Amino acid sequence: MPEPLRLKGISASAGYAEGPLFDLDQTVGSYVSKETADDEKAALEAAIGIATGRLTAMIGMAEGDAADILEFQIAMLQDDALSSPAFAAIRTGLPADTAWRQALNAEIAGYDASEQDYFRARAADIRDIRDQVLRALSEVGNVEPPAGAILYGEDIAPTRFLETDWSSGGGIALRAGSTASHVAMLARSRGVPMVVGLGASPAHLAGLALLDAEHGGIVLSPSKAEIAAFRQSSSSFRARRDRAGTFLARPAVTKAGTAVRMQVNIADPSEVDGIDIATCDGVGLMRTEFLFGKTLPDEETQYRAYRKVLEWAGDKPVTIRTVDAGGDKPVPGFTVAEGNPFLGLRGIRLSLARPEVFRVQIRALLRAAVHGSLKVMFPMIAVVEEYRQAAAMFAEEQAVLATRGIVHKMPPLGIMVEVPSVAIVPDTFAAAAFFSIGSNDLTQYVMAAARDNATVAHLNSVRNPAVLRLITALAAFGEREKIPVSLCGDAGGDPASIPSLLEAGLRDLSVAPAQLAMAKAAIADVSV
Amino acid sequence: MSASAEATVVITHEVGLHARPSVKFTKLAKSFAAEVEIALAANGPWFDAKSIVKVMAAKAPKGTVLHIRASGDGANDAVDALVELVRRDFDEGADHARTA
Repeated sequence: MPEPLRLKGISASAGYAEGPLFDLDQTVGSYVSKETADDEKAALEAAIGIATGRLTAMIGMAEGDAADILEFQIAMLQDDALSSPAFAAIRTGLPADTAWRQALNAEIAGYDASEQDYFRARAADIRDIRDQVLRALSEVGNVEPPAGAILYGEDIAPTRFLETDWSSGGGIALRAGSTASHVAMLARSRGVPMVVGLGASPAHLAGLALLDAEHGGIVLSPSKAEIAAFRQSSSSFRARRDRAGTFLARPAVTKAGTAVRMQVNIADPSEVDGIDIATCDGVGLMRTEFLFGKTLPDEETQYRAYRKVLEWAGDKPVTIRTVDAGGDKPVPGFTVAEGNPFLGLRGIRLSLARPEVFRVQIRALLRAAVHGSLKVMFPMIAVVEEYRQAAAMFAEEQAVLATRGIVHKMPPLGIMVEVPSVAIVPDTFAAAAFFSIGSNDLTQYVMAAARDNATVAHLNSVRNPAVLRLITALAAFGEREKIPVSLCGDAGGDPASIPSLLEAGLRDLSVAPAQLAMAKAAIADVSV
Repeated sequence: MSASAEATVVITHEVGLHARPSVKFTKLAKSFAAEVEIALAANGPWFDAKSIVKVMAAKAPKGTVLHIRASGDGANDAVDALVELVRRDFDEGADHARTA
């Protein structure tokens, strides 16, 4: 019996999972030969299909030269002339991987022998095609993780998360990764336990694993006593989560009877279909970057997305944030590549630099405003001139719509508080209709600790006294000046941070829909 | 009866009949029922114009006199359309050539 091995990481999605470890990074080189030539042929056909499917999926996210290269590779893969020598070799008794490698190597040699640079360079494309199919071949039939497995690797792609069947449990354990990644967001909303930042492992990990994604850790080769203790923690967590479920339908109130407004954060408009509006006080943050995923969305697409959420919320407020691209959220054709993107052209800076794109969003928002109780906020405001410029553009677009006789309404315009310059001198920004604290960015800027870097995660805490003092001062300023102050960062949904936020004076939080119940339960334990 | 047609055209595209141009060329060829072939010389060898692998393997650089022939339904249309595509530089401006 090997010694237990314990690794510590950071919880990205709370929960417990017990199951076999599945190595996400074991890919190339594990092709197992089949019994018959027919099976080999079927394996190669399937692998070509998988590789083509992956390229087709990628083409949707690519543009320009990248899309052209992918299209070229797909055309090559779909051409029988490329694969027929391999299928012929399989008929003579070769296994699929050897047959494919030989056929493609012959093709590659033809390009390598060319006298022209351009033709020679195509050899790299054919090598890429060769390796993609070899990778798919090594996966055919032996790569599906067993039910309830804990997926372990350096990082995990969103598509991999979505392909996995989570119905019989399982979890995610990553050596790197980030609590702010798209997969982490997906895991939280699906309730899949996930730990990131485990670091390099001292040995090859395999076998039964216990994933504690409440505290952030994993145990390999656990002892019997450890398994028993783990199962106890797991059932206690489930009991707490179930108990929290009873809080979901009720308004959030502290032990002392203080009411706390609880709104939800959403990204994709379709998310609201799974939320009962009666369980929350509205939408505290609707992100709009997802609309800007592949291409810049037109006015009508944006208008429909905003209107859907506003109509769902009814009388309750919906706060939509203008596009916060840049930083860790690049948008092809919109954001710029920068050495230090978190300190670069992102959020409102980018919107003001690209007014033709921003004005489309402004018009969509003005038109959607008539369908509910809309509020609009600007991300990454650092100086008041940015707010004034953005507000002036709203006024200009309003005038344009009025001239054209198009139905519209001017929403209250507020700002995100995430750049320390705003948190330190909030009185400069008293023109804003409301403040919403973006605790993720505020914390990373105050602590100079990137939120997507596991090695400095211990510094990235909203409960650091410096961050809490800024939040306390903001809440007091809002109270004095009658400017609503809310918080829409991850801290609002973190049971460990909620007491500090309420003590700092906040009474208005916006959290991920999956965290709403637990957050309300945590509020009920606070004596503020 | 079976129609047939043949024509030649000079490739002016900077990188020849390659990658992106060859994707366009084979796509267009496949849109015709006729059998279509290309060659770099009048006496062959002839390559299947609907196979990107074969078209790429022909390695036709800039300045090549490309021979195109077709037989079967719509053979004339096929040759005309493919000659036009090459003449139009595969619908790419000069600025595309640098990244092609």
